[in-house]
Amino acid sequence: MAASRVFLTALIGAVVPWVHAGTLVINANTADPAPRAAWQSAIERFQVEHPDVKVELNLYDHESYKKSIRNWLTSAPPDVVFWFAGQRMRQFVTPGLLEDVSDLFTPDVIGGLDRSSLALVSVDGRQYGVPYQYYQVGFYYRRDVLAAAGFAQAPRTWPELLRACERLKANGVEPFAIGTRDLWPAAAWFDYLDLRENGLEFHMDLMQGRVAYTDARVRRVFERWGELVERGCFTRNHASSSWQESQALLYDGTAGMMLIGNYIVANFPRDVRDRMAFAPFPALRPDMRRFEDAPMNTLHVPARARNKADARRFLAYVLRADVQQDLNRAMLQIPVNTRAGIAPDRFLAAGRELLSGADGLAQFFDRDTSEDLANIAMKGFQEFMLRPERLDAILETIERARLRIYGAGTISVR
Amino acid sequence: MLLAPACVLFGVFVIYPIASTLLLSLHDWNGVGARTFVGLRNYRELFDDPVFYTALANNLRWLVCYLVAPLGGLALAIFLNQALPGMRVARSLFFMPFVLSQVVVGLVFAWFFNGRFGAFDRLLATLGLPAIAPLDSERWALYAMVVAGLWPQTAYCMILYLTGLATLPAAIIDAARVDGAKGFALFRQVVFAQLRPVQFIVAMVCAVAALRSFDYVVIMTLGGPYNSSTVLAYYMYEQTFLGLRYGYGAAIASVLLALMSGIIVMLMWRLMRDERP
Repeated sequence: MAASRVFLTALIGAVVPWVHAGTLVINANTADPAPRAAWQSAIERFQVEHPDVKVELNLYDHESYKKSIRNWLTSAPPDVVFWFAGQRMRQFVTPGLLEDVSDLFTPDVIGGLDRSSLALVSVDGRQYGVPYQYYQVGFYYRRDVLAAAGFAQAPRTWPELLRACERLKANGVEPFAIGTRDLWPAAAWFDYLDLRENGLEFHMDLMQGRVAYTDARVRRVFERWGELVERGCFTRNHASSSWQESQALLYDGTAGMMLIGNYIVANFPRDVRDRMAFAPFPALRPDMRRFEDAPMNTLHVPARARNKADARRFLAYVLRADVQQDLNRAMLQIPVNTRAGIAPDRFLAAGRELLSGADGLAQFFDRDTSEDLANIAMKGFQEFMLRPERLDAILETIERARLRIYGAGTISVR
Repeated sequence: MLLAPACVLFGVFVIYPIASTLLLSLHDWNGVGARTFVGLRNYRELFDDPVFYTALANNLRWLVCYLVAPLGGLALAIFLNQALPGMRVARSLFFMPFVLSQVVVGLVFAWFFNGRFGAFDRLLATLGLPAIAPLDSERWALYAMVVAGLWPQTAYCMILYLTGLATLPAAIIDAARVDGAKGFALFRQVVFAQLRPVQFIVAMVCAVAALRSFDYVVIMTLGGPYNSSTVLAYYMYEQTFLGLRYGYGAAIASVLLALMSGIIVMLMWRLMRDERP
C-alpha cells in the first residue's frame, strides 16, 4: 500500500511563522493520472490562498481505499476523505463517523448546485459532505452501425429499442455490448428499467430494503429485461468478460450499443470516436418522469478528524464554481456546481443537459443499496441474463438476503 | 527456554489470528460500528446457505481432480530420471510452469479458454465438437480453473518425486534385479514403496493447494458465472470484503480451517501408522 501512496508535502509560498500552521491530511482514492494531476493543482492553489495550511495528500487506488476507509474512520482518521454520495455516505453518517458540514451550504452555495445533488449529501435535512463531480450513464452507440440498420438515432421508446435489437441482429451485429464478469454492468440495466418503469421513489424504497424483491413491480422490470434476453440482444460470453473487454466489441463493430457510464469516452479509439454518440436510456412509459443514474463523488470530514477548521475551509473551497470548473475540465467530468463551465466535449455537454434536467438522480445500484445485498442481487441479475427461466428462484434468493439485512416491514404488491 | 522465541512467534502469528478469527465468527460486524455478539448464528446461517455448499462441493471436486497431479508428476519424474543427454534441460523445461506466477498461469489459461477468441473452443471445433466456452458455463468454469492449476501443480509433484528418486539407493534396485524383479513389479514393490515419505509430502501439498485455491478464482472467474465456480477461500473473501460481513467471513474461514486440519491430521495419522514397525 505504501507504494501507491504519494505524499505531497510541497509547500507553496513561505509559511508565515506567527500564523497557526495547521497540517491538513487528505486521503484520496484518485491515484489515476488525470484525477491525480487535477487534485494536485487544486491543492497547490488552495495553499496559495491559505499559506498557513500545510496539505498532506495520500493517494490510494480505488480497491484498497474502499477497504481501508472503514479502519480510518473508526481509528485514526485523516482530516478529509474522498467518498461517494447517497447510501455510501449515509452508512457512515448513521454510526456518527462523519462531521455535519451544513454550515458550508449557504443559500448562495445551494443556489449554484444541481438541484438533485443536495439531497444526496443530506441526512434528515443536514449535510455531511460536499459533492464536486458526477457523470451520466446511458447508451454509447455506433452511429454508423445503427444507421446501417436503418436508425438515424438511438431508440427513444421501448418498441423502438426492441426493433433496433432485431434489425441489428439481422445485420449480423450483436445489439448490446455488456460484460457481466464484474457483475455491476448488469445492474445498470436493472437500475434503468426500474427507474423508467417504477420511478425514483419506488427505486429508492427498493434500494433501502423497504420493498420485497418478489413484488409484482420488480417482476415487471424483469419481464422487460427478459424480452431483451430472449431475443438474444446481449453479447454472448458476457459472463466471462469485464466491461473493458466488452467495449472492444463496440469499437470493432461487433456490437452496436452499450449501457455504461461516461468514463468510457476516455477509452474511445481515435478512429472510432467520431462515430460514437450518446443517448439517454429510452422511456418505457409516457407518463413517467425522467430519473437518471448519476454517481456522484464527494468529500467529507471524519467526525474524529484533528484539523476540522482547515478541513472545512478546504471543503468550502471545493464547492466554489471556479475550483470545480478547473478540477472537472482536467478530469473530463461534470461539475455539480452548475455555475462551473465544462470542458468543450459533446459527451460532457450531453451529460450536463441530461442530468441538470432530470427529475431526480440515483447513484447506481451498488452504491444505493447495501454492499451485502448488492453483491447477492447482482449475481442474480447475471444468472437471469443467462438463465431467465430461473427468475423465481433468483428473486427468492435476493428476497431472503433482503429480509436478513433489512428485516421485515415491507410495503408489497403481489 | 530455547523454544521461547519460536513459541512467541507461533503465538503471535498463528495462534492469535486463529483465535481472533474464531471469536470474530461469533459476531456480526460490518467493519464500522460496534460488533454484536450473535453466538452461533453465523454458523447456523452458513449451514443453511446454498452457496456455502456449492463452494464446499467445488473444493472437494478440486481436491479429487488434483489427484491427477501426483500421477502425472510421478510419470514425468520417472521419465526424466533417465541418464540421457539433454535431460537436465528437459527437466528445467518441465519445471517451468511451477516457476511462473499463478497470476500469469491464470491469465494465460483465461485466454486459452476465452469463449470469443480462445484456442480451446477452436481445438474442439477441429475435433468436430461443439464449442463450450468453459468460463461462461456453470458446468465447466470450475474445471477450466482446475486444469490451469494442474499445470504448475504437476510440475511441482514431478520435482518432489525427482528428488525422491535421486535419493533412492541404486543398491536396492540392483538387489531387486538380482532377485529377478522386473518391469512393473519392480517399480511397484521396490521403487514406489521406497517413495513413501515423498508420497506423503506430495499428497499434503496437493490437498492444501486444492483447498486453499483462490488465485485462479480471482483471476479467471471471480466465482462466476454467478456462484457456480466459487470456492470456500473466495467465498470468504467475497463475504468479508465485498459483502462487508466480517463475522460471516470469519465463520467460513473457521470451517475451512477445520476442513484442512481434518485432512492434514488424517494424512499424518496414516503416515505415522505406516512408519510403525
